[in-house]
Amino acid sequence: MSVLEIKNVSKIYGDLHALDNVSLSVEEGEWVAIMGPSGSGKSTLMNIIGCMDKATSGQVILDGRDIAKESQKKLTAIRRDKIGLIFQQFHLVNYLTAVENVMVSQYYHSIPDEKEALEALDRVGLRERAHHLPSQLSGGEQQRVCIARALINYPQIVLADEPTGNLDEANENIVLDIFKQLHKEGTTLIVVTHDPEVGEVAQRTITLEYGKIVRDVKNATFQET
Amino acid sequence: MFFRMIRGAFARQKMKMLMIALTIALGASLATAMLNVMMDVGDKVNQELKAYGANITVVPKSRSVLDDLYEMEGSETDQGSYLREDELGKIKTIFWAFNIVDFTPFIDTQVSLPSGSEAKIVGTWFNHHMELPTGETLDTGIQNLRSWWTITSGEWLDETAQKSADVCMVGEVLAQNEGISAGDSIHVKTAAGEKDLTVAGIYNAGGDEDNQIFAPLDTVQALSGTDGKLTSIEVSALTTPDNDLARKAAKEGPESLSISQYETWYCTAYVSSICFQIQEVITDSVANPVRQVADSEGAIMEKTELLMVLITLLSLLGSALGITNLVTASVMERSQEIGLLKAVGATDGRISALILSEVMITGVIGAVIGYFAGFGFAQIIGQTVFGSSIDMKPMVIPIVIALVLAVTLLGSIPAIRMLLRLRPTEVLHGR
Repeated sequence: MSVLEIKNVSKIYGDLHALDNVSLSVEEGEWVAIMGPSGSGKSTLMNIIGCMDKATSGQVILDGRDIAKESQKKLTAIRRDKIGLIFQQFHLVNYLTAVENVMVSQYYHSIPDEKEALEALDRVGLRERAHHLPSQLSGGEQQRVCIARALINYPQIVLADEPTGNLDEANENIVLDIFKQLHKEGTTLIVVTHDPEVGEVAQRTITLEYGKIVRDVKNATFQET
Repeated sequence: MFFRMIRGAFARQKMKMLMIALTIALGASLATAMLNVMMDVGDKVNQELKAYGANITVVPKSRSVLDDLYEMEGSETDQGSYLREDELGKIKTIFWAFNIVDFTPFIDTQVSLPSGSEAKIVGTWFNHHMELPTGETLDTGIQNLRSWWTITSGEWLDETAQKSADVCMVGEVLAQNEGISAGDSIHVKTAAGEKDLTVAGIYNAGGDEDNQIFAPLDTVQALSGTDGKLTSIEVSALTTPDNDLARKAAKEGPESLSISQYETWYCTAYVSSICFQIQEVITDSVANPVRQVADSEGAIMEKTELLMVLITLLSLLGSALGITNLVTASVMERSQEIGLLKAVGATDGRISALILSEVMITGVIGAVIGYFAGFGFAQIIGQTVFGSSIDMKPMVIPIVIALVLAVTLLGSIPAIRMLLRLRPTEVLHGR
C-alpha cells in the first residue's frame, strides 16, 4: 500500500526546473534513498514531501490525500502529524537539553511527556545524556537526539536530509543501525543523501539528475534484518 | 514546556534581553517622569504664576454694573456701594478654599496733600495675619500680590510693627513730584478727617500705582469715613485652565448648564466657578477673573502640558524604534530555531506568542525599572525647576503599563512580520 504517491510533480524557480515532471510511489514501511549530485533536486523533493514547500504542478498524495494545493496552515498540521524530520545540521534548540528538544516536538504536536521523551532517547541509546545541552553532546549524539525528536510523535514517514553528512564513520554506522532498526519496526524512511554507502543500505535507491528521476532500483545488496 | 522555552531563551540571550529591558526602561522612565510632573505641574506652575498677582477681582455689584455700562474699569462713579470687611474670611470657606492662595481688600479715597495737589490713597493689607472662621490662619497682603514692586528707598510697610496705622508707602512718581522721601512725614486731608503719615518706603510699580499712596486698611477707612467697608478685593487662586464647559459657563452663565454639567463645572477649579463661589459668600458682590492673568496661566499650563506630552511621545517612539531593532535582530539571530519550530509543527500564532511573551516579560521588567527611575527623574525635575518634590500619582501606573504594552507590541510588529514570512526550508537547508 502506497503511503506516498507523487505524480508529475514539477517545481520551477524562474527558468530553473528544480523538479521536472517527477513521479514516484513509496510503500508503507519502505526505506528509500534519494540520491544525486548537488542541484539535482533532492532537497526540493524532500521539502515538497515534507510539506515545507509546494510543487508548481502535479499531485502529492500523502496517506490518500492530495496535499499539493493545501494551505500553509494545513501543510503545517500535516507535517506535524505525519512527518518526522531529520536534518544534516541537527538543528537542536541550543538552550534546551536533549530531552527538552525531544519534548518540543511533542509540545507542538500534543502534550509534552518527559517519560515518553526519555524512552525515545533510550531507543537511540542516549538516555544517559538526556539532560545535557546540545553543546555538551558530540555530533553523533546530537543527530541521535534529532532522530528521537523525529520519532516521538510516531510519524508515518521519517524524512532524513543528509543524516550522516556531518558525522564520522563510527557515528554514521550508529545512525544507519538505528535506521535499520526503524525499518525493521515498519517505519517508512526516505533518506536524501549523496553518500553511496548510505544509499546502498536502503531498500530502494532513486537517483535524480537535473530534476528528473534517472534511476529507480531495488538494492540487490539490501538485507532484511 | 512553554515556560522552559522562555526561561531558556532568557538564559541564552541575557545581554539582548537586558538591552530590550533597558530600552523599555528608558521610555517608561521618561513617560513616568513626564506624566507625574504633568499631573503635578498644574499646582506647581500655578504657584509660580501667583507671582504675577491676583487673577480674580471682587467688586460691589452696583459698581460692576456701572463699570460694565460705561466700560470704565475701577471708575469712581458709585462711591456709595461697598463690600463688607467682616465677610472677608468667608472667601476661605468656599468649596475651592484650598485653592485660594492670597486675597487682599482695598478701600480708596482722594486726599489733599500739603502742596495742594490731590492724590489717591489706597487702604489695604500689607502683611496681614488673619484668623479664619475655619480656625486656620492666613498671612496675606500686597507684599504677596504685588511681588513685582521694587522698593526704591526705605522698606515695605510692616503691619505688625507698632504705630503701623500712621505709616504709608508712596509711589515713585508721586514722591518725585511732591519731593517726598522715605522717612518723611506727610499730612493728608479728606472731607472726613486728616492725618500725618510717615513714609516707610517709596515703591516703583511700573503703572498707575506710582501716583498713589498705599496705607493700612484701617487708616484709609478712618480717613474716608468708611469703617468696615471695602471697594474691592483681589484674590489669587490656583485654577484649572478653561475648557469648553468653563467657557460656556463664563459666557452664558451657570444657569445655561445642565445639572451634570453644572456639577462638573462647580466641582472643578475653573476661574469662573471659583468666582461664582466667591459671589455666593460675599454679599452683593461680583467676582470677575482678571482675564489677562487667567488666560496667560491657562495658556502657559496648556503649553507646558503639551511640551511634556510631546516629550513623552517622542521618548516612547524612541523606545519603540529601539525595541524594533533589538527584537528584529533577535528574530534574525534565532531564525534557525524558529524555522525548526515551524518544521516540527509550530504554527505562526504559537511562535509569535512565544516571541511576544519573551518581549512582554522583558517589557514588564523594563517598565518596573523605568517606573522607579522615572519617579526619581520626576523628583529631580521637581527640585530643580519648582524647588519641591513631585507627588507620586497612582494613575500614572496603569497609564505607563498601557503605554509600555502598546510600545512593546508596536515595536515587535516588524519582527513578528519577519517571523511570519520566514520559511523553514530557507533557514534549515540554507536554500
